[in-house]
Amino acid sequence: MLKDHAKIIHAIALSGEVIGRKKLQKMIYIAKKMNFPFQERFQFHFYGPYSEELTLRVEELCNMGFLNEVKEKKGGYYQYRYTLTEAGEEFLGINNVDMPLLADCLVDINNQNARFLELVSTVLYFDNLPKDEVKEKVQTVKKSQKFTDEEFENAYQYIEMLKERTQTSPC
Amino acid sequence: MDYSAEKLNEEKVFKDPVHRYIHVRDRVIWDLIGTKEFQRLRRIKQLGTTFLTFHGAEHSRFNHSLGVYEIVRRIVDTVFVGRSEWDQEERMLSLCAALLHDLGHGPYSHSFEKVFDLDHEDFTKAIILGKTEVNQVLSRVAPNFPKKVAEVIDKTYESKLVVSLISSQIDADRMDYLQRDAYYTGVSYGHFDMERILRVMRPREDQVVFKQSGMHAVEDYIMSRYQMYWQVYFHPVTRSAEVILTKILHRAKHLHEQGYSFKHMPLHFYSFFKEDVTLEDYLKLDEGVVLYYFQMWQEEDDRTLRDLCTRFINRNLFKYVEFDPAKEYKKLAKLSSLFEKAGIDPEYYLVVDSSSDLPYDFYRPGEEEERLPIHLLMKNGELRELSRESDIVDAISGKRRTDHKLYYPADLIKENEEILKLLES
Repeated sequence: MLKDHAKIIHAIALSGEVIGRKKLQKMIYIAKKMNFPFQERFQFHFYGPYSEELTLRVEELCNMGFLNEVKEKKGGYYQYRYTLTEAGEEFLGINNVDMPLLADCLVDINNQNARFLELVSTVLYFDNLPKDEVKEKVQTVKKSQKFTDEEFENAYQYIEMLKERTQTSPC
Repeated sequence: MDYSAEKLNEEKVFKDPVHRYIHVRDRVIWDLIGTKEFQRLRRIKQLGTTFLTFHGAEHSRFNHSLGVYEIVRRIVDTVFVGRSEWDQEERMLSLCAALLHDLGHGPYSHSFEKVFDLDHEDFTKAIILGKTEVNQVLSRVAPNFPKKVAEVIDKTYESKLVVSLISSQIDADRMDYLQRDAYYTGVSYGHFDMERILRVMRPREDQVVFKQSGMHAVEDYIMSRYQMYWQVYFHPVTRSAEVILTKILHRAKHLHEQGYSFKHMPLHFYSFFKEDVTLEDYLKLDEGVVLYYFQMWQEEDDRTLRDLCTRFINRNLFKYVEFDPAKEYKKLAKLSSLFEKAGIDPEYYLVVDSSSDLPYDFYRPGEEEERLPIHLLMKNGELRELSRESDIVDAISGKRRTDHKLYYPADLIKENEEILKLLES
């Protein structure tokens, strides 16, 4: 009944700590693209795949006391850290989530930097296009990021690696 | 003659209760309206199950799509034309994107998308880019024109100004649906001075901005939106109907997976159940088809499917109580087991539904909200974010309101004191 809430708590529990709202968005988006059954819908906003529903869900979970959000000033902007609270653990105990293979996948994504995840998630967003068009499209919508050929290659390799890891997922 | 510049011999007009007249002079627009994919929108209600609460809300996505087109037409033909920041080459693209922005909506989209893991925006793209009449019309403009239209709707087109006309915190889509939905539901909210807003719009490289002198009209629009969400879109009775509709689809899918033998075979649903929906299957499904099945499924042997369909058809909806998930999730687990004990499947008859809205948001550097704020164009040419100038907007900026309700069939539990006591506690 609160399964979708439980899935997000579960994802953060597996990741240990997620630093940055942007990172959390990209992590769930990439996991969803790997066929893990997250229900939040993503759309292309001005700067990449983004889910209003996920923002809302996380905000709710913080208000419910299941997630801990720490706001800290970093340079000219604020950064947010998310961890699970004891109440969140208790909630997960009652609302069990079964997503084998997610841990492996999420821990790895969480270890990547935000710029790389932005590229990976944007490439995945355009995965219906041929490879050369994807590159052209990403360079148009993310002109200011100036992603290099090497970064594109790494992103593709990373996506392949994630697909191999999650291939046997029962989801 | 260049097809995109071709005009009809005579202007065509559609009488419209919101904009009085919708004017069509471009051949491309006229041809698009005549395609079967666009005509299909006549058979899909703009507000889904809202008609069960506000009986006037029977208007379709066809009406709304024409309305959005008309607003964009007025903007580009009367406000933007001749301004150096506006590229007139983008005119036809903007009009087509406005007209077609909701093309992929299916019947009761919200429920269908949730149950069958679909996204109407994917179908909008598929219709525009696939083997359809719409694609044929757009391709006559230029071979890459369908792709451009799809990109504008997908918000990935290079000109953010064009995108912002139909997708931003103050866009033609919202301006039409607020007024249209207010008109058809009969509520007194949702009205604002659109003519004034259009007159003070100015194109900039990345978005539309508004002359400071029009700030009060923009404030009125933001407040209208706020009220419409809570008074109409999130109405608890409408949500009850939507909960039942969603559960019908879940049940039908579940029965199909279990090999249940339907008395009335759900032929139109098979590809949805398999989550392998082709564009052809998708376009065949409209509200008439869905309601036909619901009507027929009232005679099914499966008690749950029969009951849920009967409830939906006869508007015997679930009742609700306020629910606080943080404090009451244990109570929910307890209720769930009591429902099971009483022989009522909680999966279908005990449902938490949440609604949430953020009426207006401003930009916070370093965050990922990605909502482009509304900017006012000051007399000295400077741009100022709306909530910095407007106390009214500042009061509701960035403040999300969320509402949770717990839905249940009151008639099935009316004699179960244990459940009633717990629900009321």
